[in-house]
Amino acid sequence: MNNQQTYDWSIEPQNSLLDLKLKDTWAYRDLLWLLVRRDFVSFYKQTILGPLWFFIQPLLTTIIFTFVFGNLAGISTDGLPQPLFYMAGITAWNYFADCLTKTSTVFKDNANIFGKVYFPRLIMPLSIVVSNLVRFGVQFLLFLMVMAYYFFIAKANFEITWAISLFPIVVILMALLGLGLGMLISAMTTKYRDLAFLVTFGVQLLMYATTVIYPLSTAIQNYPNYSWIIEYNPMTPLIETFRYGFLGKGAFSWASFGYTAGITVVILLAGIVIFNKVEKNFVDTV
Amino acid sequence: MNSNIALKAIDISKAYQLGEIGTGTISRDLERWWAKVRGKADPLAKIGEVNDRTKSANTEIIWSLKDINFEIEQGEAIGVIGPNGAGKSTLLKILSKITSPTTGKVVGRGRIASLLEIGTGFNPELTGRENIFLNGSILGMRKAETQRKLDEIVDFAGVAKYLDTPVKRYSSGMYVRLAFAVAAHLESEILLVDEVLAVGDAEFQAKCLGKMESVTKSQGRTILFVSHNMGSIGELCQKSILLNQGQLKRFDQTNLVISEYLSSEFSEYPQWEKLNERYSSPFFDLLAFHLVDSNKTQNLTGVVKNDDVGGVYVKFDVKELHPNLCFGIALYTQQEQLLFWSYQTDKAQNEWVQPPLGTNEVIIWMPKRVLNEGVYKIKIIASLHFIKWIILPKEAPHINLQIVGGLSESPIWNDARPGTLAPVLDFERI
Repeated sequence: MNNQQTYDWSIEPQNSLLDLKLKDTWAYRDLLWLLVRRDFVSFYKQTILGPLWFFIQPLLTTIIFTFVFGNLAGISTDGLPQPLFYMAGITAWNYFADCLTKTSTVFKDNANIFGKVYFPRLIMPLSIVVSNLVRFGVQFLLFLMVMAYYFFIAKANFEITWAISLFPIVVILMALLGLGLGMLISAMTTKYRDLAFLVTFGVQLLMYATTVIYPLSTAIQNYPNYSWIIEYNPMTPLIETFRYGFLGKGAFSWASFGYTAGITVVILLAGIVIFNKVEKNFVDTV
Repeated sequence: MNSNIALKAIDISKAYQLGEIGTGTISRDLERWWAKVRGKADPLAKIGEVNDRTKSANTEIIWSLKDINFEIEQGEAIGVIGPNGAGKSTLLKILSKITSPTTGKVVGRGRIASLLEIGTGFNPELTGRENIFLNGSILGMRKAETQRKLDEIVDFAGVAKYLDTPVKRYSSGMYVRLAFAVAAHLESEILLVDEVLAVGDAEFQAKCLGKMESVTKSQGRTILFVSHNMGSIGELCQKSILLNQGQLKRFDQTNLVISEYLSSEFSEYPQWEKLNERYSSPFFDLLAFHLVDSNKTQNLTGVVKNDDVGGVYVKFDVKELHPNLCFGIALYTQQEQLLFWSYQTDKAQNEWVQPPLGTNEVIIWMPKRVLNEGVYKIKIIASLHFIKWIILPKEAPHINLQIVGGLSESPIWNDARPGTLAPVLDFERI
């Protein structure tokens, strides 16, 4: 027992909660890229239209939102062209929602491979987030094209502000928030399967509590007593910042941006801790 | 002397919960959680309960492994044997970090790679080359490492021509070869292998075994090998662990452990006895059958040498005589491939065994030097010739026969050869 230090590793029933296994995960970084590549290649090989699918979904959603919320319901878009306003919201929201829903089923989707071989499980949700980044990139390009159309051809009235420089941080925060929440949910779904049904439905509901189809100013104006729900939603400042940066309209404040960053870090850490804890024995319960 | 221990298990146990897990147990989960928070033991785990699948469990917790202790030195090849449900796979799952032990711990030195299934994570859409990298990195290889070993892997698998073809177009044999090749070239200090050799043809199996052997002998790597094939275990492993009902029964020299296992009451018994009327007929009512040695005593192990197979003892009742009665044995491989049928009426008519009314006992002597090493199924079949089947081969009861060793007296034919049969033919110079 004296020279226990000479062993490289040990497998024990419980690990320290604070052991985030980040070093272990880093050692497997090659696997992350190979998984992303696998997702990408296998997606293309099975479809005829390939990347076009990435375009169709946000385009159709934008058209429907413009028709329903913009024209029928007449909800304000802060003076921005309606399609541009919606598309900004949808593009950003989709990335977050994809990260969340895909991560939340990571144990179920990979039960087979997790049951046969060990690698730091954190790699799987990380690869999902990075894979989705590709899709987000394509949709973001579409958004830029629509922006260019309104700027040069339709001569619409909007401006790009300095907040555009926060764009990379906005994307990272969306990814981490989706990842953290997704991991929390995935850990719970290994035991209580019914939670999985809640996720798709919950994400839809959450969209209405985020400023995707209306500007924050309108919400505060119409529901001064309840608008805190929307303001405390950590996704709201991200969408608002995104819109403010690219279109010049939106409620940006450092306070709310910092609040989102703080919440994201807390959720992410909690997600990793719980994910690592569940990962140890999840094979027995699936 | 402690310095060259590669892996050490200290009191590891693993409990599983029987029945529904998940919905409906939230309250119990809370109870457990509360006990854990206060630092108490799991209130639902009864200590001392042994995993015996033949008894119905009183608790909903069963111990798949209980207080397992062992030390494995670097460069040893260790076999793990035991009947189904003994906890062999659970042990490998714990060692490979797929699941954690309920109590106890494992310490060790060096990288562990596990091969519980081959081709884990293979994607049918990706090419052979892409899958080599993906599978390699799932198993814990860096990309550069895989790159360095790429030629060796491709060469071992023999798929050089199809390297850039999606693996969905591979034959199943190619697929398995490629998958094993990746795993076999892992640079890990400890390799855990679970029955993966059951797939693939005999030639490939021999190649895999050879590879594993060279890995331990020349590279000093440690292997833990789970198998039901006593032949492979005996060939590869110097020492073996015998597990039964989650407990470690013996850890010793492989030949001692194998003979203890095969003679113990929990090894799968090579005999059949009548339990119901399923195979009954007034013309031929099968009562029992089992293997016998050449001196007509019952062979309890089911393991024989290729040059001393012995025979099959058959006991049956005849209540009504029928001139067309044919009975005999059918020999099948484990994959249900028929090797031959043999009836008591196969010889010239004056040599036929003609069972009288009443209880009969017959020994059917098996051929020597015909079967290769491996496990075969012996079935008793019976019919009224040209009229109807009494016991159809497809439905007939069977016992297992395992051939180990005795292949030849030749000094240069030592290992199992490919093929189902291994006859020794006469060569005559004329």
